[in-house]
Amino acid sequence: MKIVLENLRKTFPNRNKKVREDVVAVDNFSFEIPDGELVGLLGPSGCGKSTTLNLICGLEKPTAGKIFFGDEEVTRLPPENRGVGMVFQNYALYPHLTVKQNILFPLQNLKGKDKLSKEEMEKRMTEAAGLVQIDELLERRPSELSGGQQQRVAIARALVKMPRVLLLDEPLSNLDARLRLQTREEIRKIQRATGITTVFVTHDQEEAMSISDRIVVMSRGVIQQIGKPQEVYDNPVNLFVAKFLGTPPINVFEGAVRGETVYIGEDAVLPAKGVPDQEIYLGIRPEGFLLQEDGPLHCSLGGVEVMGRDISIVCTHKCAPGTQIRAIIGAENAVDTACPTARFAVKPNKAFLFARDTEERIRPED
Amino acid sequence: MEKHIDYEKIEKSARLGRNIRKVLVYALLTFWAVIVLFPFYWMILTSVKSYGSYNAEHVPTFYTLAPTMENYLDAFTAVPLARYLGNTVLFAVITTAIMVVVITLAAFAFARLKFRGRNLLFTLFLSLMMIPNELVIITNFVTVTNMDLRNTFTGLILPSVTSVFYIYLLKENFEQVPDELYRAAKVDGTSDLKYLCRVLIPICKPTLITIVILKIIECWNSYVWPRLITDDPNYYLVSNGIQEIRENGFGRENIPAMMAAVVVISLPLIILFLLFRKKIMEGVSRGGTKG
Amino acid sequence: MDKKNFKAWLYLLPAILFLGLFLVYPLIDVFIYSFEEGYNFASQTYYGVGPYNYSYVLHDTYFLQAVKNTFLLVIITVPVSTGLALLISVGLSSIKPLRELYQTIYFLPYVTNTLAVGLVFMILFQKTEYTDGLVNLFINWFGGESVDFIDGPYWAKMFVLCFYTVWVVLPFKILILTSALASVNQDYYKAAKVDGTSRLRIFTRITLPMISPMIFYLVITGFIGAFKAYSDAVALFGTDLNAAGMNTIVGYVYDMLYGDSGGYPSYASAAAIILFAIVLTITCINLLVSKKHVHYS
Repeated sequence: MKIVLENLRKTFPNRNKKVREDVVAVDNFSFEIPDGELVGLLGPSGCGKSTTLNLICGLEKPTAGKIFFGDEEVTRLPPENRGVGMVFQNYALYPHLTVKQNILFPLQNLKGKDKLSKEEMEKRMTEAAGLVQIDELLERRPSELSGGQQQRVAIARALVKMPRVLLLDEPLSNLDARLRLQTREEIRKIQRATGITTVFVTHDQEEAMSISDRIVVMSRGVIQQIGKPQEVYDNPVNLFVAKFLGTPPINVFEGAVRGETVYIGEDAVLPAKGVPDQEIYLGIRPEGFLLQEDGPLHCSLGGVEVMGRDISIVCTHKCAPGTQIRAIIGAENAVDTACPTARFAVKPNKAFLFARDTEERIRPED
Repeated sequence: MEKHIDYEKIEKSARLGRNIRKVLVYALLTFWAVIVLFPFYWMILTSVKSYGSYNAEHVPTFYTLAPTMENYLDAFTAVPLARYLGNTVLFAVITTAIMVVVITLAAFAFARLKFRGRNLLFTLFLSLMMIPNELVIITNFVTVTNMDLRNTFTGLILPSVTSVFYIYLLKENFEQVPDELYRAAKVDGTSDLKYLCRVLIPICKPTLITIVILKIIECWNSYVWPRLITDDPNYYLVSNGIQEIRENGFGRENIPAMMAAVVVISLPLIILFLLFRKKIMEGVSRGGTKG
Repeated sequence: MDKKNFKAWLYLLPAILFLGLFLVYPLIDVFIYSFEEGYNFASQTYYGVGPYNYSYVLHDTYFLQAVKNTFLLVIITVPVSTGLALLISVGLSSIKPLRELYQTIYFLPYVTNTLAVGLVFMILFQKTEYTDGLVNLFINWFGGESVDFIDGPYWAKMFVLCFYTVWVVLPFKILILTSALASVNQDYYKAAKVDGTSRLRIFTRITLPMISPMIFYLVITGFIGAFKAYSDAVALFGTDLNAAGMNTIVGYVYDMLYGDSGGYPSYASAAAIILFAIVLTITCINLLVSKKHVHYS
């Protein structure tokens, strides 16, 4: 089921009653999710991603704008009539019901012509449980399950009514690191198997990048960028997106363009064809550095961290005040730690220019 | 297009349902609020009606056009209401003060001091909570009578100066104060008692205040023990005082004056409640029952 | 015993002293009293040991009347007050404006003197030569006959007693249930809403099980409290409850101890122990029932 969001806007009354102005949680949100895709809503906490999820789900009504599932407008439809399945951050499994009763719960709500026979419910329940591989846990109660198992039960409960859209709110945040890796693969597999259009919310960029067909980066209620994970990583539209994606994070220098060349301090590091003279930020991904004895960028060497496959060179630079520069290079490179200065060349496709005032991307001509 | 109208309908009926529900809920809540408030209204109303006009009402009226304070004057002059109030205040203050000292010491011993048999003794204390008052009051009555303490404040106060429940509550609170503070105080050479007074009590003040308020309410409303232990009206508290007023006071029929006395008796606690509403409600929900 | 132990016991001394004298000793003593036959309060002598006190109490018509009254009171007020409190709490939780105001109002009876406000109830329900009283005025409006609720027929007196008891105990129950309802994680309701659960089903399948421990707590404390009813009855019907036919078990105990009919601590002890046995039995039954039906997380 294709999901179309059109100019969504959601405001809340300000909690501080003295301030009249409403708080804008989501603004001018337009986006089309193709049928069968897994989409990650990504952003720091408080950026409006959960609100967006609640809007799609129907738990909240937008202040303005429209939501379509396929060709059908569902903007003002209550959640139960939308055919959505939702997995909550803390799973919201009913503690007094067994796993089986939990999964059956949504089916028992169906009324009228949708009402299912006992056998039909049982069959659907078994199918959903099989899909997430919890067949053996059916008689247990949620408190007797591990975090990962609870997660699966919650997904089974969301899937059992065969929703048109599956929504997951921070699905991995309550799991430990090892389970997280495993579970995110699991979610990917289940989503592929069912082909249900799925939207999930996360603040963890690695999580979003690893399994999404498409990610939506949000900040302060506004979409910053939409695209395939690799595309967004390789081609951020502004400084926020560049900073938000990637670990270790991108290194940001204050610099300037003079005569179609990018200067960091006195070092001319990159050509910038067709870019008028101005103050800029230069973002360089950690893997965008090349250690070269005659490299144009001079950094004060702080230390070297060995990570096995790679080594990470930690430096400082007066044009990146208050932060450490981190360059990741192959372990085969030898670094002379006695030398106070490290010199780098910069890979052009891993370095991005941003206007100093708007923080928007500036693209030099090729 | 047809589908579109359908949704409008769903939404409309949902909104209608919501509104009807809201009206019903408010109607129910208001109904009970009226039942709760009405006796208060009635007692105030009756207390400002004059004796003559009240008795002339064969059909009760819901308002009065000639309010009078005369009944309040009667309440303080014709019966020893002021004495009852004074006794109750004295009783409540002394009982609460002694109780706070006793339970603070006990709670501190359980929470901080290490001694042999601590856990056993605490379990014994907790099991005392299950003893109903009705079971022990008989012997207490006999004990106090034998000690010749009937019609004295000592006799009134003594049996209610400890409360296992409050010891428990305070001990829990004391234990939440980090161990490090105690160790730091020990390193500085602070004595236990000084640590208790200077550190623990200030930190746990909110709980202590809650306990004090609850105890005062309890004292103000206690009826059974004062009734058993006093038959000299000089030692009556408000509860048996009002009963005395009702049976032998103004002459049975002076209901407006009686209501004035009821208002005077009820007012202090209501004021206390309105001042400490949050604290009282929180304290009660942590484990008070009407006792 | 070293110094440290000694100091700790010193801190505990006042509490142990008071508890020992006024809680532990009486507890033992009451059993002894209850088996001392023919105890004379003035000379503090008795002439035999045996179960006669129990037999006397169990054959006393006043006691039997008190037991009947108490059981009726318990059976009526516990379900009614718990149900009503649940209804009001659910209503309270579903609204936002005015909620604090309602909560404050509902709590008022808790902080009022039972005896004093009982007097107001008496006036509202009483029928005298001068006036039929306010409640009868309402009854007349709806075309009913005036009834004297204070000195009239048994059912009317029982009704007032139950009504007043419910009025008095409701604040505590509403308070407990509203905080129990507030502590239910909102995500459960959201999840149920996404699944299109009807309101009734949300209430019976989610809300009730989630707050069942608190409801159960209220039922148990309600039973215990109602079995100990006394001052409400005194407030409405005066100190001579036997004459009014509205005595309760606790009232019977105190009447045996003191007042015009008093001076019999042995009978009082026997009655108090019988009451305690009843309460204990009912509480145990409650606990057994709850094991099956209450969900503890």
